[in-house]
Amino acid sequence: MPDSFVPSPQEILRILPELVLVLAGTLIMVLTPLWRRQGDGRFGVLSLGALAAALVATVAAHVHRGPAFQQMLEVDGFATFFRLLVIGVGGLTALLSLPYLRREQAEPGEYHALLLFSVAGQSLMAAANELIMIFIGLEISSIASYILAGYLREDRRATEAALKYFLLGSFATAFLLYGVAWIYGMTGSTHLGEIQAALTVAAPPPSELLVAVAAAMMFAGLAFKVSVWPFQVWAPDVYQGAPSPVAGFLSAGPKAAAFAVFLRIFLTAFEPAAERWAAFVWWSALISMTLGNFAALVQSDIKRLLAYSSIAHAGYVLVAVTAHSEAGAAAAMFYLAAYALMNVGAFAVVAHLARKGERYVEVEDFAGLAVTQPGAAALFAIFLLSLIGVPPTAGFFGKFYVFKAALDADLVGLTVLGLLNSAVGAYYYLRILVVMYMREPGEAAASAPAPTSATRVALWICAFGTLLLGVWPSLILGSAERAAAFVR
Amino acid sequence: MLHLWLIPAFPLAGFLLNGLFGRRAPKLFVNLVGVGSVALSFLWVLNTLAALGPLETPHIERYFTWIQSGELRIGFDLVADRLSAVMMLVVTGVGLLIHVYSIGYMAHESGYYRFFAYLNLFMFFMLLLVMAGNFLLLFVGWEGVGLCSYLLIGFWFLKKSAADAGKKAFIVNRIGDFGFSLAIYLIVAHFGTLDFDPVFAAVRERPLETDAGLLTLVALLLLVGATGKSAQVPLYVWLPDAMEGPTPVSALIHAATMVTAGVYMTARCAPIYLQAPIALEAVAWVGAFTAFFAATIGLAQHDIKKVFAYSTISQLGYMFLGAGVGAFSAGIYHLVTHAFFKALLFLGAGSVIHALGGEQDLRRMGGLRKQAPVTFWTLLCAAVAIAGVPPFSGFHSKDAILLAAHHHSPALYWIGVVTAALTAFYVFRALFLAFFGDYRGDPHHHPHESPPVMTVPLMALAALSLAGGYFGVPAWLEPMFPVSEPAHDVALVVVSVIAGLAGIATAWWFYVARPGLADRVAAQLGGLYQLVYNKYFVDEIYGAAVVRPVVEGSEKLAWRTLDVSVIDGMVNGLGARAQSLGDVLRRIQSGNVRSYAAWVLFGAVLVVVAFGFWGGWQ
Repeated sequence: MPDSFVPSPQEILRILPELVLVLAGTLIMVLTPLWRRQGDGRFGVLSLGALAAALVATVAAHVHRGPAFQQMLEVDGFATFFRLLVIGVGGLTALLSLPYLRREQAEPGEYHALLLFSVAGQSLMAAANELIMIFIGLEISSIASYILAGYLREDRRATEAALKYFLLGSFATAFLLYGVAWIYGMTGSTHLGEIQAALTVAAPPPSELLVAVAAAMMFAGLAFKVSVWPFQVWAPDVYQGAPSPVAGFLSAGPKAAAFAVFLRIFLTAFEPAAERWAAFVWWSALISMTLGNFAALVQSDIKRLLAYSSIAHAGYVLVAVTAHSEAGAAAAMFYLAAYALMNVGAFAVVAHLARKGERYVEVEDFAGLAVTQPGAAALFAIFLLSLIGVPPTAGFFGKFYVFKAALDADLVGLTVLGLLNSAVGAYYYLRILVVMYMREPGEAAASAPAPTSATRVALWICAFGTLLLGVWPSLILGSAERAAAFVR
Repeated sequence: MLHLWLIPAFPLAGFLLNGLFGRRAPKLFVNLVGVGSVALSFLWVLNTLAALGPLETPHIERYFTWIQSGELRIGFDLVADRLSAVMMLVVTGVGLLIHVYSIGYMAHESGYYRFFAYLNLFMFFMLLLVMAGNFLLLFVGWEGVGLCSYLLIGFWFLKKSAADAGKKAFIVNRIGDFGFSLAIYLIVAHFGTLDFDPVFAAVRERPLETDAGLLTLVALLLLVGATGKSAQVPLYVWLPDAMEGPTPVSALIHAATMVTAGVYMTARCAPIYLQAPIALEAVAWVGAFTAFFAATIGLAQHDIKKVFAYSTISQLGYMFLGAGVGAFSAGIYHLVTHAFFKALLFLGAGSVIHALGGEQDLRRMGGLRKQAPVTFWTLLCAAVAIAGVPPFSGFHSKDAILLAAHHHSPALYWIGVVTAALTAFYVFRALFLAFFGDYRGDPHHHPHESPPVMTVPLMALAALSLAGGYFGVPAWLEPMFPVSEPAHDVALVVVSVIAGLAGIATAWWFYVARPGLADRVAAQLGGLYQLVYNKYFVDEIYGAAVVRPVVEGSEKLAWRTLDVSVIDGMVNGLGARAQSLGDVLRRIQSGNVRSYAAWVLFGAVLVVVAFGFWGGWQ
């Protein structure tokens, strides 16, 4: 038993980012009825302010890093990396939501509160070092995301998306929880380090088969969140139905946080059983890439296309997980950061062009955008080239590190198939580029309004980051590598 | 420090200036920036080479560490050695002439500034490619030039064929890049570095691979990359279509510089190829076959640019043949002379097209000798150079390759000789059809000579085409590559020269002395002629064998069975009919909730079974 249940100041500091976010979210909830009649911009500003404060708090927590609350949290480089990433994604989403909510005349208060709660959950996942904490973080993040996906209550697509996401997500989480229970039953602990110790040194060790089954159930829960095969089915419908900024958010924030948990659990607690899970993860990576890329080839709805592409990209990250090495973890972290920048950027352009009620979301609607809005088209082109993996963009180095880590781990076959996949993937992104640059402007592009300043700022941040990581990848690769030292 | 970085930096600055301000700036500004930046770059190359002198050892400048990942360090390193010096001179020199020419050729087009911005961006990436000190930087240049090539093929004209051509170039090059990037991964995995010098030093330490091994694999994968970029069989199909782009682009990118990147890369990786004789043999045969195959297609094309496009493919085949028989310096030598005469052929063709107001069909030309004399005489210079007439530039470089080929295998030599005859024939065929006989085009159009801004570059290139054989490129490159100079065999030289002259004479007979004979011969040949005229139906075969199955397969397999019918069909049908949240809920309660659960359950069972009973398998 701990000596005292009163948290020390350092412990408070180490959980400060989540505290800031939750308090700000609650404040917005309280203010919603009071500010109802007034300008809707204030909630957005409050939300952005809270996210900025959370970023500062994350840095402060990192300065005083260490465990907190009986090692339930572990503020290390890894946690800080993912905290910064998910909070950053949250900030970009909040920025993009300002014009979006105004356009759709949706209630901004609840939206921003939910966004903050969701980010708080993800931030908690990043720092959690214990299965119960992970589960709590995951649920905080997920429940808020379910509601965000269906935030436009009048929109049937959004409602259907949210329900589907909620129902399937709940099933998947149940499996995760069941796996946690099994592990606790076998090892008597929910702390990742202790589980690893129990699996390696305990005499007699727990049955390998039972450990594998528990790992499998936790894999099911997490694979759902990151949308890899065989739990990818929800992604196309949800991304298509959700508001565009939320779809961008879902593809970046919750996915990054779930991968953070994935890496922590499988590369520490279940590392002793690696040869049992690596084989299946190999297949999951391959099928996710292949299925995502080939299905994206034939999509005409751009949000659906990006959804399938996001399944494929999750597959690339899983290639790095399959390597289960320090380099693999670092590569996965780099890839997730790169992917967040380019994909949020891509969804930002989609949100911009779609207009009220998301009318223009076909690939064909982008015809001639380069003529009517050369700036937006050029930025979109940067994101698409990065998604293809053309140097010098972040996406190129993401793939470079992932496949290099895979080769270092002797995954030659998977590397070859992955590279082939990325050649296939180039095709559908290219189709958008071709439509944008080589067609006469259609109705959608001709009538597009100028991007609002919030959209513009978000787009420039994403594009700048995408290029910066392409020209100077060491900027975050170094910290990713140091952070990945937790592996074994 | 000689500030090598300035060489690519000038065109990059030009790109930024024109890209950002060109739209509103006057034409003079666009010209000054676009052409001036390349001129500065050219001057800086001259200045640098003068300062470096004989370049006995490579001059490497390391600017900053780009990637530091564990043991692996990749820097932004530029290198000036004898090989890259030759490439820098060709790229900036020929590039400058083509930029000047573009002022006249593109004068009346809209988006003028954009054209120069892209052209400058291309120059930046091309210089990065040839100056790179490691494989990764080379790859950045490699992808960059490809990107500019697609931009310039397709982004220029708002027409469907151009857009399709750009797309095709991109897709085909992805296949090549797949091989190239795999080779890079293998190199970094086995040698732990991507810098040229340490990799090649380690390669030389390894035993000669008489059986297929790691180096053979790497070299073959590099060859896949080279066949994509340099349009060799089987990945050559994009280059003829790329002629949809403006003619200066065809001259600069699709003749003189970018498409030779594969040859440059092969020469750069000579140490790898020399340790992997099997791969080197493959290079030789791919080159020889492509040279012959493309030359036959060139015989029967009516579009003047298509003729020269197949000619480019064929000549690139010669360069690979040279590299493949171990005569890397001869391959690079031919790269240089080819840059002169092929750029000239394209620019001359552009001048003809310009004179005829956009006409590209040889059947609708004729008799232009009098109306466009400068174009005629300069094109004639290019034609004698490519036909291998002594003592002009093509003669020297082609014979260097053919001699080395004979030394390696007489069969390769004879393929080369036959190709030389075909080459002379199709080039002079185009020349005679365009400039001799009577004008067959629109009688209301009056052909005119191009303005001096276009003809002066033509004259400069004509001088280079004639005299380019005396630049001493092979001697300069000698220290870079092991010497395998075969004895000078006069008989072999005479045979190949006679082959070239015979080709010219036949073209004269067919198209000047006996006009109409060609059509009768074509009719007699029937099926064979149709086969060649239709480019052996390769595009159609690729379409049927690769493109359609992939598209249909994705639709059927990935989409219909896995996605729509299992999950989507059921849920989307529901969403379309549902009128309200309650409606959705009601339908879900009536059974769909179970199918959701079933799907998740199925996945979970699969994972459990896999983890539990499949464990240990890898």
